[in-house]
Amino acid sequence: MSLWLTLAVNSIALGGLLFLLSAGFSLIFGLMRIPNLMHGSFFMLGAYFGVTFLERGLDFWLAALLSGVAMALIGGLIERFLLKRLSGQELPQVLLTLGFSFIIADLCLMIWTGDPWQPATPAELRGALQIAGLFFPLYRLVIVAVAVVVAIALWLLVDWTRLGAKIRAGVDDAPIARMVGIPVSRLFTLVFALGAGLAAFGGVIGAPYLSVYPGMDAEMLPLALIVVILGGIGSLVGAFVGSFVIGFLYNFGQAMFPDLAYVILFLPMVLVLVLRPQGLFGRGVS
Amino acid sequence: MKRRVPRFAAIGVAAVLLLTLPSWIANSYYVNIASQILLWAVAALALNVLVGYGGLVSLGHAALFGTAGYTAALLLQAGHGHFAADLAAIAFTLLVSAVFAVLSLRSTGIIFLMITLALGQILWGIAYRWASLTQGDNGVNVATRPQLFGISLATADAFYYAVLAVFVLAAISMAIFVGSPFGASLRGTRDQARRMNALGYNVWLIRFIAFLFSGFWTGVAGLLFVYYNQFISPQIMALQTSAEILLMVISGGTATLVGPIAGAAIVVVMKNVISAYVERWNLVLGVIFVLIISFMPDGLIPGTTRIWRHGWRALRARVALSRAGRAP
Amino acid sequence: MKIQRRTVLKGMLAASAAVAAPPFLRAQAQPAPFKIGLLTVKTGPLAQGGNQMEQGILTFLAEKNNTLAGRKIDFISADTGGNPAGAKTKAQELIERDKVNIILGPLAAFELLAITDYVRDNATPLMSIAAAEDVTQRKANPFVIRPSATSAQCCHAMGDYAAKELKFKRAITISEDFAFGYEQMAGFQHVFEDNGGKVVKKLWPPLVTPDYTPYIAQIGNADCVFNGFAGSNPVKFMRAYADLGVKYKIPLLAGWTAMDDALLKSLSDESVGVISAAWYSSETNTPSNKRFVEAMQKNYLTLPGGYSAGMYVAGQCVEAAIQALGGKADDRTALAAALHKVSLTDTPRGPVKFDQYGNVIGDVFIRRCERRGGQLVNTVIKTYPGVSQFWTYDEKAFLANPVYSRDYPPAKNLE
Repeated sequence: MSLWLTLAVNSIALGGLLFLLSAGFSLIFGLMRIPNLMHGSFFMLGAYFGVTFLERGLDFWLAALLSGVAMALIGGLIERFLLKRLSGQELPQVLLTLGFSFIIADLCLMIWTGDPWQPATPAELRGALQIAGLFFPLYRLVIVAVAVVVAIALWLLVDWTRLGAKIRAGVDDAPIARMVGIPVSRLFTLVFALGAGLAAFGGVIGAPYLSVYPGMDAEMLPLALIVVILGGIGSLVGAFVGSFVIGFLYNFGQAMFPDLAYVILFLPMVLVLVLRPQGLFGRGVS
Repeated sequence: MKRRVPRFAAIGVAAVLLLTLPSWIANSYYVNIASQILLWAVAALALNVLVGYGGLVSLGHAALFGTAGYTAALLLQAGHGHFAADLAAIAFTLLVSAVFAVLSLRSTGIIFLMITLALGQILWGIAYRWASLTQGDNGVNVATRPQLFGISLATADAFYYAVLAVFVLAAISMAIFVGSPFGASLRGTRDQARRMNALGYNVWLIRFIAFLFSGFWTGVAGLLFVYYNQFISPQIMALQTSAEILLMVISGGTATLVGPIAGAAIVVVMKNVISAYVERWNLVLGVIFVLIISFMPDGLIPGTTRIWRHGWRALRARVALSRAGRAP
Repeated sequence: MKIQRRTVLKGMLAASAAVAAPPFLRAQAQPAPFKIGLLTVKTGPLAQGGNQMEQGILTFLAEKNNTLAGRKIDFISADTGGNPAGAKTKAQELIERDKVNIILGPLAAFELLAITDYVRDNATPLMSIAAAEDVTQRKANPFVIRPSATSAQCCHAMGDYAAKELKFKRAITISEDFAFGYEQMAGFQHVFEDNGGKVVKKLWPPLVTPDYTPYIAQIGNADCVFNGFAGSNPVKFMRAYADLGVKYKIPLLAGWTAMDDALLKSLSDESVGVISAAWYSSETNTPSNKRFVEAMQKNYLTLPGGYSAGMYVAGQCVEAAIQALGGKADDRTALAAALHKVSLTDTPRGPVKFDQYGNVIGDVFIRRCERRGGQLVNTVIKTYPGVSQFWTYDEKAFLANPVYSRDYPPAKNLE
């Protein structure tokens, strides 16, 4: 009994973290029509920034926010000066992000060495929830709360502000949006920066849970990909729902079918792509 | 007509250099590097069929590469002869390519990319996890290389010539393919799929056959790889490998024949030779690719050809490498 | 914590300059330099261990002023990228292009397995810390020598300690789903069950597992959990083990990679109390270890662990072999034979000698992790002297059985 309860609660916790990872990815994919193959790198680099800030004694939440801001700047610069040169050419843009992921991975290795880092859980949030034989770390539930807050903030941004309306217009139909005067190119930069910042923020938040180590970019990226494919490209609701579905699939799948561990996540992804490419909540990608 | 003479001359010079390579490269280490360049060039040429001429970018080809290698290695270990093992390997790879094609050709563009990526990951996971079949991460050793017409391929030079022969066959078949009516219709499906459909061509079937052709040569390259290393392990089927082959194609130049060869040379030389002198070679490799993609999006060969002909200003001209690819 | 400047290039330049010096500048006719090639990993997820390997051998060579037994050393470092094809190519580079006298490394078992035939066919001795059992058992090869341990060498001791001294009866094993994990857990199970214990569950998370919770949640009723995680996985495993409260209910035992001394700086309170079995302890009281630890802390700001110690010891063995051969150290086959005969007492890991298969016979330390003066340390609580890869089993009987794997020894007590 306590096994299933632990798995269920952990599924929600993992889902929350996956949302922080995937929300940005979904927005970028929806608006710019490219799977950002350096998204995992943003997550990892952000986590490393967080590690350095924490080593300097910064408050945990401040470190996470600062890391997000720093990555947003970096993401914005990359978009503005490199991706934009290739505007309209999706394939080279995807490949550019792939090339950058190699660069960032090696830079992280150079600067932070190959040793793993795991910052301590923020002091006020240590401790565990003990109910019905279940012993569950409090911090992971806090991650869910953070994910919900971020989800609400993004929803307000996208559904209730003019900027959000412009983004939605760009996602729906970029050429027409341009024609009515929406500066889609500038939106690209903004959304890319926002996505990068969200990923980095998520990386720091996740660091006490997942630790920070070389190679985590290659582990996180497929998860973001699966969440967004399942939930639907460009849909925040889809990213939210998809994150929790994948959280459950991961936890229960690993426990019940350990031999299918690698397959358990990619098989549903193939099924979705083949049978319903727009995912649960998305619109199709042309 | 004027352009043909330099091109033939270039091919002639290259042929002479390649044929005599073991005599002017003294060290067997560099002969082995040349073998590696050529075998990866075959893989890159194979992927180029889909990417450059079909407009379909696959990130799952490492799975096909590895499937051929594993099939041959496991059959050899079970005691079968080289001929039987190789034949079975290619046949099985074609089967797997067909399955990949059926699943992924339901879409094009980014969705196609992601389906192939996912399929590649699934096969990698199987190679890793199904240890009772594949021996997992311990890998499979291949005791001997085959004998071609009684000549042992154990030495670097002999193996080099065998790889060169296969490479030449691959290059010729690619050239024939590209110049043929089928090649033209494949390019048609890349540039104007809807019109091709309207004209009565079976776009899906054309792409399917192209996928099989690509899978065939990818499998051949996989065989060359497993014979070169005499070892195979699941890592060869990871996403990293697919990405490297793709980068070879893209960096060299997608819709050319020489491009993938140049791309293969860049990657192999960086990984194996430059890495001896530059500690952060991975970083340099990433930077080179970013530069090539930023400034010469249709590849190094077409890009440098443009500089040669029109000077540095040509780089600033926008070149369209849309999903449709570049017209030859 | 920054990576130190690469000193290899400087060392190489110095060595090459010494070699290139025209004859009249040399004091007397000097023999050609003795070339040592290192196969290590500098890029990718395995770089942590690879860097440490290089640090270990560089520390040794620096201590000896780049001269071993009167021979000047030419040191060449090659990055395999952590994959078998890379290992093969770099091995070819070292042997065919650089013509090294001996190869140190590679790091990973799958890299070693890709090149054992090749080094044998090219008669080049190789000293690796890769743990693959069969390389010094059923598939032994006169050119491969291992100064560290087989996967199970320390785990046998752990099984013994857990059954006899800690009096545990029920154990659960958890380790990554690959050969190194299988072999470690099998070794533990073998000895643990032969001494009255029962392994009641075996968990195998994939090598790439972002979150260990689904596996830790399955840890039920047991006296102890034995883990063999490697690389950076032990850090997040132990954090999750503590976060989920299991740490306070079920003691955790570990293999050497899971609690390596070099990893201590990345760990924190959740590792306190973990008992591990390792073939290297930074606390060992030999003069060479004292020098070694001091140099590592000074130059690389880290406590050394098995990866670097293994290479330091390898260096010592190479020196001893060159010494034993006198002028004939360039005959690589003779060098391999001489390495087999090396027997040292003053090494960072204590006494070292090799069995007929090329695997080391040395001490295994049982340690407990504690906080001393605010730092985490692994305090040695018991030493098993002279442990061979076969533990106390009869060699022939051991080799007649299949190699340790996921299914061997068969787990008869699973619940």
